[in-house]
Amino acid sequence: MSFLWVGEGSTRMFGRWLQRQGPGKAAYALLLLLSSAGHAAWGAPTDNVVYQTPNTFEPHSGPAHMIHNLSLFVIQITGAIFIVVAALFVYVVIRFRQRDPSDDSEPPQVYGSTQIELAWTVIPILIVLVLFLTTARILFAIQDQKMPPTAVDADVVGHQFWWEFHYPKYGFTTADELHVPVSTEQVPTTTSLRLLSADVDHSFWVPQLFGKIDSIPNQVNHMWFNPDKVGLYVGQCAQFCGVEHAKMLLRVYVQTPEDFAAWVKNQQQPGVQDPAVAEGRQIFESQACISCHVVRGTPAQGKFGPDLTHFMSRDTLASGVADNTPANLKLWIKDPDYVKPGSLMPAMQLSDDQIDKVVAYLDTLK
Amino acid sequence: MADSTLPIGSAIDLTPPSEVYGTWLDQVHSWVVTVDHKKIGLMYIAYASIFLLVGGFEALLLRIQLAVPHNHFLSPEVFNRIFTMHGTTMVFLMGMPLIIGFANYLVPLMIGARDMAFPRMNAFSFWMTALAGLMLYYSFIGGVGLQGAGSAPDVTWWAYAPLTERAFSRGHSTDYWALSLIVSGFGTIGAAVNIIATTICMRCKGMTMFRMPLLAWLYLVVSGMILVTISPLTAAQIMLCIDRYLGGHFFDSQAGGAPVVWAHFFWVFGHPEVYVLVMPAFAISNEIIPVFSRKAIFGYPAMVAATAGIGVISLSVWAHHMFTVGMTSAQNAFFVLSTGLVGVPTGIKIFNWIATMWGGKIRFATPMLFCSAFLIQFLFAGLTGIMLSTAPWNWQLHNSYFVIAHFHYVLVGAIVFCFFGGFYYWYPKMTGKMLNERLGKWHFWLFVIGFHICFDLMHIPGLLGMPRSIYTYEPGRGWDTLNFIISVGGMIQGIATMIFVYNLVYSYFKGQEAGPDPWDAWTLEWATSSPPPEYNFATEPVVMSRRPLWDLKHPEDPDYRYE
Repeated sequence: MSFLWVGEGSTRMFGRWLQRQGPGKAAYALLLLLSSAGHAAWGAPTDNVVYQTPNTFEPHSGPAHMIHNLSLFVIQITGAIFIVVAALFVYVVIRFRQRDPSDDSEPPQVYGSTQIELAWTVIPILIVLVLFLTTARILFAIQDQKMPPTAVDADVVGHQFWWEFHYPKYGFTTADELHVPVSTEQVPTTTSLRLLSADVDHSFWVPQLFGKIDSIPNQVNHMWFNPDKVGLYVGQCAQFCGVEHAKMLLRVYVQTPEDFAAWVKNQQQPGVQDPAVAEGRQIFESQACISCHVVRGTPAQGKFGPDLTHFMSRDTLASGVADNTPANLKLWIKDPDYVKPGSLMPAMQLSDDQIDKVVAYLDTLK
Repeated sequence: MADSTLPIGSAIDLTPPSEVYGTWLDQVHSWVVTVDHKKIGLMYIAYASIFLLVGGFEALLLRIQLAVPHNHFLSPEVFNRIFTMHGTTMVFLMGMPLIIGFANYLVPLMIGARDMAFPRMNAFSFWMTALAGLMLYYSFIGGVGLQGAGSAPDVTWWAYAPLTERAFSRGHSTDYWALSLIVSGFGTIGAAVNIIATTICMRCKGMTMFRMPLLAWLYLVVSGMILVTISPLTAAQIMLCIDRYLGGHFFDSQAGGAPVVWAHFFWVFGHPEVYVLVMPAFAISNEIIPVFSRKAIFGYPAMVAATAGIGVISLSVWAHHMFTVGMTSAQNAFFVLSTGLVGVPTGIKIFNWIATMWGGKIRFATPMLFCSAFLIQFLFAGLTGIMLSTAPWNWQLHNSYFVIAHFHYVLVGAIVFCFFGGFYYWYPKMTGKMLNERLGKWHFWLFVIGFHICFDLMHIPGLLGMPRSIYTYEPGRGWDTLNFIISVGGMIQGIATMIFVYNLVYSYFKGQEAGPDPWDAWTLEWATSSPPPEYNFATEPVVMSRRPLWDLKHPEDPDYRYE
């Protein structure tokens, strides 16, 4: 195999390097080398790291808990089956392997046994029935749950590649970051979501609150949860929807009823009109920005992109791709494809000065 | 030269092959125009093996991209194309040709026939399949179209509408995808019709249905399933083409079409398809496990019944891929039950294999190593399948890396492992040379280690909320380290596959001579020379039991006394 190497010397050098680094590190270095080979000139700012695992085994709502309990039950049963059958297999492999390769005699021939075969047909059927009944009970309990009239309603509309959230009872629309009230024993509050899509199939998945349900055009799907803990829950689109499917992130903020009420109250206001940034607003409204974006109380009434009325109340931009800071916003408006290649927001070819002014205006939309 | 004094003299050409082969051009010509089931089978297998390497290479590109978060190895567009091509290639250009190739080669030999029932249609089917593969890969060049949009298809291998409609998929890449699947479907249906006709009509004297080797039984059921399942796929592709070019609105949601209808059509094909692919793997195990355990298969009638059972039940489980599309609770419950029930006949098979090994003298040559690993891996894959079948939990697991891990456990851990075993087992019959055992053991152990590093761990990011089909992921989600190790496991499998390819070539030239029956086996293909002559058997064999060569080797205790 010596032709594979450039020469003896390099083989030895590689060997020494491998010894110094240890195999794990060496493999990492090799992969990094490979990975950087096609380094392209794009990429999101990576300062939006949320150290949180959307672990399906850490449920924080009623239905998620029910799913979790079901999963534990199924794991116990399948685990037991695995241990029994695998143990049988290991026993057979060790006990009945050929010990003497020169021994040509054939073992006694057995062709079958009706009793044994009946047993291992009937027992699995019983196990399947038990699993089915348990699953069906939880399935009906979650899926056929009646929504109380006090439920907080929200319509979730999937778009390529962002989320629109519409609160019909409160009469406003926002994007990418869903706010819902926490459900406590004193004040149980259910959040009821209607899932729709504006273009292709998407799937709404915040693992700690519920499983995923698809949002499909021409169809209304339903999901509900009653979060039991205040906090931020992350998730993302789970049905391939095009180029930027991977960057269609989701955030759900579970808030105390007071915080939620305050947030709703703010969202219901029309966009802030600050005369100090009138120049930026004028640029925004004279450009094509307004054909896609809404700022309530202004001529901007486009429905294709996210509602910007309270843009600065959101922590992230471009569906969770970057922190919502003026610096990132400038980058995003200047060249959306750099931050999120394939996103449907066009680069508006504004001058740096115009962008600064537009960003200053957007910065006031708290 | 034919001996014209014999009554059937012109039917049997006794010229040794070495005198027939002329220049290399003659040889190429002989492969192109052949209607011999063995040559066509070998071409299918070679074709599938090439696409196994192509699809595997694509998988490695995907794994390099996913090794670290926010990686820039592949752009999103390229990643989406590569994973679409990886899935389509592995199912339609690798999996289907591989199972049909083995059927072509083995079924006539095993039932004592001289060829398939329709040799010309057989050749036609192969060349249709070949055309489909070329057409799909030509999309890298031809898919751009006048709009300069995209090259290869980038809509995933299940291609959910309306992403495939013209509004969302410009250019011609999706057309290449749809058309190549229609063409490969024609080839597959031709092959299935042929296998059914061969099995029913071409069996040798004494070979009743219930004396057929289990492999022939399984391929009979699989071919029946192909006839039922390829049609909805082809229908769906035709509807898609009508939508895209003739102004139809089957799936066009902007004009009132129903995207979920596509999903139903696709999975009515797609789920039985999994069994179409995995039953030939069972078929190979049904031959290898008894021979290397030195025992008759345990419960032959139950194995046939379980096969038929899987064939029937698997036609009613498709919507377990669709628990998240918003079916009613009763519909969901139905598919929970049917999916659970399909596990019962599958379980019977696993138990019967273990019972076959029980009390045997198991020889762990490479084919048996692969089949043993298959047994335990398929058990695991079946149990994760049970987890996925419980609809509420499926809402969490669906479209996550848990699903990817599950179906690679089935497709690699069961199908690829069995077919590797099948290569080691039948390569001596196909070429007359044994595959090198030493390289075979290296191949096996590296592959099995790489497989488990890769796919065992892959379940975990799914449980931690990592969805599939994403070209990159956020750091800080707890997925980073796992993905890196998974990629390393992928590389190890790549290295093992290279050893296998080297073994195929090396053994062809330098391998040990095999002789007609190197494994001391019992079915009819081992009764003729290796490789078999064009007419397979000089005289038509007569069989009296399921293991004709056992009867010959053990006249004191033949099988037909017990059956």
